[in-house]
Amino acid sequence: MSLRTRTVAWSTGLTGLLAAVLVVSAGIGPVSIPPATVAKVLLSADPLPLAFDTPRTSRIIVLDVRLPRIALAAFVGLALATAGTVMQGFFRNPMADPSIVGVSSGAAVGAVATIVLPIAFPFGLELQGAAFLAAVLTAFGVYLIATRSGNTPTATLLLAGVAVQTFLGAVISLLLLQSGRSLRRVVYWLMGHLGGTTWAEVWMIAVALPPLFTILLFYARDLNVLLLGEEEADSLGVDVERTKRILLGVSSVVTAAAVAVTGVIGFVGLIVPHGMRLVVGPDHRILLPTSALAGASFLVATDTLARSGPAEIPVGIVTAALGAPFFLYLLRSREVTGL
Amino acid sequence: MSPDASDASDADEPLVGIDDLCVSLGGTTILRGVDAAVGRGRFVGLVGPNGAGKTTLLRTIAGAVDPASGRVTVAGERIHDLHSKAASRLVTTVPQDTTVAFEFDVRTVVGMGRHPHRSRIGGWTEADTTAVERALDRTDTARFADRPVTTLSGGERQRVLLARALAQETPVLLLDEPTGSLDINHQVRTLELVGELVADGRTVIAAIHDLDLAARYCDELLLLSGGEAVAAGAPASVLTEPAVREAFDARARVARHPVTGSVSVTALPAGGHDRGGGAGDRREKNAGRVHVVGDNDAVRHLYALDAAGFEVSAGAVNEGSAVAETARSLGIDTVTVPPFAGVDTEARAAVARRIEAAGCVVVADMAVGSGNLPNLRAARDADRIVLVETRPFAARNHAGAAAARSYRRLRNRATVVDHGDVVGAVADAVGTDRTSDPVAPESATRATTDRGGCDTDR
Repeated sequence: MSLRTRTVAWSTGLTGLLAAVLVVSAGIGPVSIPPATVAKVLLSADPLPLAFDTPRTSRIIVLDVRLPRIALAAFVGLALATAGTVMQGFFRNPMADPSIVGVSSGAAVGAVATIVLPIAFPFGLELQGAAFLAAVLTAFGVYLIATRSGNTPTATLLLAGVAVQTFLGAVISLLLLQSGRSLRRVVYWLMGHLGGTTWAEVWMIAVALPPLFTILLFYARDLNVLLLGEEEADSLGVDVERTKRILLGVSSVVTAAAVAVTGVIGFVGLIVPHGMRLVVGPDHRILLPTSALAGASFLVATDTLARSGPAEIPVGIVTAALGAPFFLYLLRSREVTGL
Repeated sequence: MSPDASDASDADEPLVGIDDLCVSLGGTTILRGVDAAVGRGRFVGLVGPNGAGKTTLLRTIAGAVDPASGRVTVAGERIHDLHSKAASRLVTTVPQDTTVAFEFDVRTVVGMGRHPHRSRIGGWTEADTTAVERALDRTDTARFADRPVTTLSGGERQRVLLARALAQETPVLLLDEPTGSLDINHQVRTLELVGELVADGRTVIAAIHDLDLAARYCDELLLLSGGEAVAAGAPASVLTEPAVREAFDARARVARHPVTGSVSVTALPAGGHDRGGGAGDRREKNAGRVHVVGDNDAVRHLYALDAAGFEVSAGAVNEGSAVAETARSLGIDTVTVPPFAGVDTEARAAVARRIEAAGCVVVADMAVGSGNLPNLRAARDADRIVLVETRPFAARNHAGAAAARSYRRLRNRATVVDHGDVVGAVADAVGTDRTSDPVAPESATRATTDRGGCDTDR
C-alpha cells in the first residue's frame, strides 16, 4: 500500500473517530442526550442545509453550552499534537514536546501577570493576548540565545529552553506570592482547563490554525530528511537553518495559540505523536495529519472525562495523570535515542 | 548512466577544483592552503593520519563547512555560493556515521535522495521511481527494501546510504570512510562497487583509512597531513616511505603487494627494541651487522632487525620467495639462488663472507632440506649465533641425520630464543655500546633468557 493510500485511509478513519467522539461527548453531561439526537442537532445547525426536528433544550445544550468547549478541545488537541510531532522530529528526540523551547512557561508568565498585576489590555481577550505574546516572545528569545552566527544547534536550543523555563518558573512563583485573592484563578489557569469557553476563543484558534498547519504539512518531507541529521539533510538539499527557523517559528505560534486559550495542558503533545509513530511509522507525511486528528480526539475525550465527574477538574490534570505513566512506560520499554 | 549529461563545459577542466582552501573550526585551523583538482570520472582517495583534515575537506567540498578563505568549485560553480538544493544536485556525501535513529523503511531512506530533485508541492515522478529502483539494485539493497533501516547491520546500512547517494544522481560523490565499519569482504565489495560507479562516469572523492585499499582502488591519492596536502598523484608516487613516515610519524615499509600488485604499506613497531628513538633515527645503521638465515619465518626478523637499526644481510634464499621479496623491499643485501635451486658452492661462499662480516647470525625457525643445509652449516662458523626455535628440529628436518648433527652443534653454541626476543638477543650479542650501559632497563629482563653463546664478550 502506497504512502498516499495509507495516509488517506488513516486520516479518514481518524476523522470518523473524531466525529464519533464529538457526538458522544456532546451527549455527556448533567443532562444526558442520546447520540442520535446530538447528531441531528449538529446536522441541522446553521450553515448546514439539513433540518431535523429536535427539542429546543437539546439544541441549546449542545450548540451553545457544550459545543464551544468541545470544539476548542478538538482544536487545542490538534494544535498540541501537531506541534509535538514537529518538535520531536526537529530535536530528533521522541521525548521532546511543544513547550520544550519555553512556550508554555512564557504563556504562563503572561497569563499570570495579567491576572496578578494591574495591566490593562485594549481588547477583550487580554489574558489570552498577553499569554500569546509572552509565549511567542519567549520562544523567540530562546532561539536568539541559542543562535550564533546564523546557526542554531538543537542541543543548545534544548538547553537554553530548559534554562529559560527554570527562570520563568521562578518568575511565576514570585507572581504567585503576589497574587493574593486571585491565587485560585492563577492556579486554575496553570493547571490547564477548557471550562467557560466562548465562541470568540474558538473562532480565534479556528482561524489561526489551518494556515499554520498547512505550512507544516508542506515541510513534512524536509522534516523526514532532518531526522537523518542536519549535515545529511544539508547534503540532501534541505536549507537546514531556514527550515529549522520556519518549523520552530510555526510550531511555537501553534503552541502559543493553544496554551494562551487553555493554559498549560501537558503531555498531549508528547504522547499522541509518540503513540501514532508506533502505529503509522516515522514518516511525517502520514504522521503529521494522523497525529493532529488523534490529538483532537484525545483531548475531547479527556476533557469529557474531566467534566463528567462529580466535580469538574482541570483537563491538564487528566492528561498528566494519563500521560505521565505512559511516558514512564516509553522510557522503560523503548530505546530513547538522541541527545 | 550519465549523471551530468547537460554539462557541456570543457572536458579538460577539473570537475572539482580546490583552490588555496583554508578552513577553521571553532578557532582552530584545520585546513591550510589545500590545492587540488579532481578530473571527471576519477576516483580520488584522501589519505592521512587521524586529524589530518580528511573529513573536514570532504565537508567543505560538500558545502557543509564554509572556508575561511579559498574556494571549492564543482562543475565550474562555487559550491559555497549555491543554494543548498542546487549544491545537492552536484555533490552528495555518504557519512561515516550510518546510524538512522528513526524506523524508516529502506526504500523511504533511499527515496530521500530524490529530495533535491523535487519541488515542495511536486509529486513523485516516474524518474524518481526509476532512480530509486536503480540505486537499490545497484547496491544490492533491493532485497531488504521494505525492512526498517534500524534492523539492518552496519554494513547493510552503509549500502543503503550509498544507495541514497546514488538516487541523488549527482556527478560528484563524497565518501567518508566508506569501508570503516565493514568486514574485509564488504570492504572489497563496496570499493568494487565504487569503482564501477567511477567507470560509469561519476567522480568519487573518498577518505580512506586503509592505505592498501586506497592504493588498490583509487586512481589518485591526496595525502593530507596537519591540514596540508603534502602529496598528490598516482598511489605509488604518493605512498613513498619518506612521505608516509613524515605524514604518519610512523615507521613503515612500502612494497608491491604480491597478490594485487598495488602499493602496500606495512607499519612497523615504533622505535627499535628499547632504542626509544623516534621515526627519524632508524636510518643510522650503526647498531651492528647481522646476517639472517631462514625461510618464511625470517621475514619478520628482517623487518624487526632493519627497523631496530641493524645492518642486515640475508641468504641464501631462492629468488621470488617471501624472504627475497621482503629483503628486496627493505634494501637488504641478500644472497640469492634461482627458484627451486639448492645453495651451490658459489652461494655458500657468498653467505660465508657475509657471516664473517656480521657480528651475529640469526637462524630463523626454518625447515631444513638438502637445498638449504649449506646455510645451516655456514651459520655454524659465526662468532655469535641467535637461534629461533619454536618447533623441535625433528619436525622440520628433511635432510636426515647429517642435518640433525649440524643443528645440534649449532644449537650448542647459540642463544636460543623465541620470536619476540630476537632483536634483544642480537643487540646483546653485537652491541658493545648497549652492554656498557648498566641501567638499561631491559637488559635485566633479557637476562632471564638463555645467555649462552652470544654473550661471550660480556
